[in-house]
Amino acid sequence: MVESTAPSPSPLPTPVPATGSGAMSERARARRELILLLLRRRAFLIGVVVLVIWVVCAVLGERITPYDPFNAFFLPGHQPPSPAHLFGTDRLGRDVLSRVMVGSRDVLIVAPLAALLGVGVGTLLGLVMGYYRGIVDDILSRVVEAFLALPVILVALLTLVVLGSSSVVVVFVVGVLFAPIVARTVRSAVLSERQLDYVTAAKLRGETGLFILSREIFPNVLGPTVVEMTVRFGYAIFTVATLSFLGVGLQPPSPDWGLTVSQEYANMIAGIWWPTLFPALAIASTVIAINLIADSLQSVLNE
Amino acid sequence: MVRFIARRLLLAVITLWLLATIVFVITNVLPNNVGRTILGPFAPEETVNALNERLGTNRPILVRYVDSLRGLVTLDFGNSFVSGKAVLPQVVGAVGRSAKLAGLALLITIPISIAAGLYAARRRDRFADRAIVLLGVTLSSIPEFVTGTILVVVVGVGLRWLPVLATAPDNADVLTQIRFLLMPAIAMAIVYFGYIARMTRAGTIEVLQSDYTRTALMKGLTTGQTMRRHVVRNALVPTVAVIAVQIGYLFGGIIAVEKIFNYNGMGSTMLFAAQHKDLPMLTAGVIIIGIVYMLATLAADLIMAWMNPRIRLDAER
Repeated sequence: MVESTAPSPSPLPTPVPATGSGAMSERARARRELILLLLRRRAFLIGVVVLVIWVVCAVLGERITPYDPFNAFFLPGHQPPSPAHLFGTDRLGRDVLSRVMVGSRDVLIVAPLAALLGVGVGTLLGLVMGYYRGIVDDILSRVVEAFLALPVILVALLTLVVLGSSSVVVVFVVGVLFAPIVARTVRSAVLSERQLDYVTAAKLRGETGLFILSREIFPNVLGPTVVEMTVRFGYAIFTVATLSFLGVGLQPPSPDWGLTVSQEYANMIAGIWWPTLFPALAIASTVIAINLIADSLQSVLNE
Repeated sequence: MVRFIARRLLLAVITLWLLATIVFVITNVLPNNVGRTILGPFAPEETVNALNERLGTNRPILVRYVDSLRGLVTLDFGNSFVSGKAVLPQVVGAVGRSAKLAGLALLITIPISIAAGLYAARRRDRFADRAIVLLGVTLSSIPEFVTGTILVVVVGVGLRWLPVLATAPDNADVLTQIRFLLMPAIAMAIVYFGYIARMTRAGTIEVLQSDYTRTALMKGLTTGQTMRRHVVRNALVPTVAVIAVQIGYLFGGIIAVEKIFNYNGMGSTMLFAAQHKDLPMLTAGVIIIGIVYMLATLAADLIMAWMNPRIRLDAER
């Protein structure tokens, strides 16, 4: 698993002071402008459409699949794609298309939760580290660096072996491992923010550190935080899918894409490619869609 | 320069110690009963206790911690829970085989991505630039096992150009070995293309906008001369840093790639250890990959300081 190492502190186009009702409407206008800019980007729209398709599949599930994704029809397994079974059938004779459609469900629950946990904890850490500096920042920075020295997949593998695999543990492990990465991004955004006049003014007014952090600085680093949230969502799917493929993520009988690939990949050599290729393409389409969204967000915020 | 290296080494040692501590917490503090973790919830209490006694995991936590740090210094990670033999010799061979695969992946990805990044920077905001950036973003977001699967289906099963399994027959010559490793290496290379290309592009754009590039062009150098003499050397500094970071992650992605292509390296060894809850083996693997990452970033820092004296002068201040 790879992390974006590009420095990405990207403050909002115009730093908006967080006081008064006039500022609020200004912020609302900035947000509306942002959405309009996003909707004009083709990459963003493609990403949203693909993601919405998978979310619809996840929500409606068995109600819209052509066959029962869990029960075989006593057919011989591994039927190649045909008009009756567009994606063929798997080793137990289950319809691959139906399973791919339902397979979006688990990962689309687990990955966003993991991303949310990572961004929540990471943002908190980053705000504290960037604002207070000093010894706390020094120590936490070293710990963050140690975490960054380890490939997420490896540490997750180790932890899941120790704690045992379940969706809750996967959310927890991936979230905790993402937190240091988010903390680093938020910290550097806060560092450039804290020297600005509006922070000094707030300090001179005698406002508490907690107030300045939550009401003054946080709204102004919201841009990079939102981008980070989308990027983490993509990586969470990357990570959860890989962990499921390695056998320590989502567990059977889930029709999860990564898990399905791990159950069927050995048959590829025999020319039975359809039960593996289609879930693999489903994973690819989802992560690409999220990355297109994240990338559009980032460049719109940077403009 | 000596001071710079000493400082970097000290930092590396501290990070390594923290890393060992994190791994110790995961393997020894999270499960308060290691024997129970290995044997599962249905094993009788006496068996669990006997196993803890045999593994030494019933000793006080501080004793175990000191012991694990001593193991780190002497590179003695204890005995495998499965084979009962020392972990290190078993891991070393696997690391070597994985290094071959990772090395080939880097050999493929580095020149191509740097070339693409330089090209994109010179054609900034034109079609080629947008295409390279979009391709990079797209490819680097797909997990290695998915790219591997698609490659196997298309190149291996469909076109029959390359072998589907990565392990060459015994005594195979170097070229045959590379042929077998080519597909897994490409699967890994694809993921890293985007990062290296984007970083090269960003670094180059920054240098292209600098005053000294303008001076070089104004004193009459051609674009090619300016690129070679002034731009590339400075533009590649951040690229070197990214490549170093990627080497660590390369070993994370390698687990899935080795599984898809049935290659007997570090990844397969760790996956086998994971299935059998062989904690010493897993710990050794994670720490060794941490050390590899540490050495790679250290080497990158030295290369960067050599490429750009400002970095080492800053660090000495």
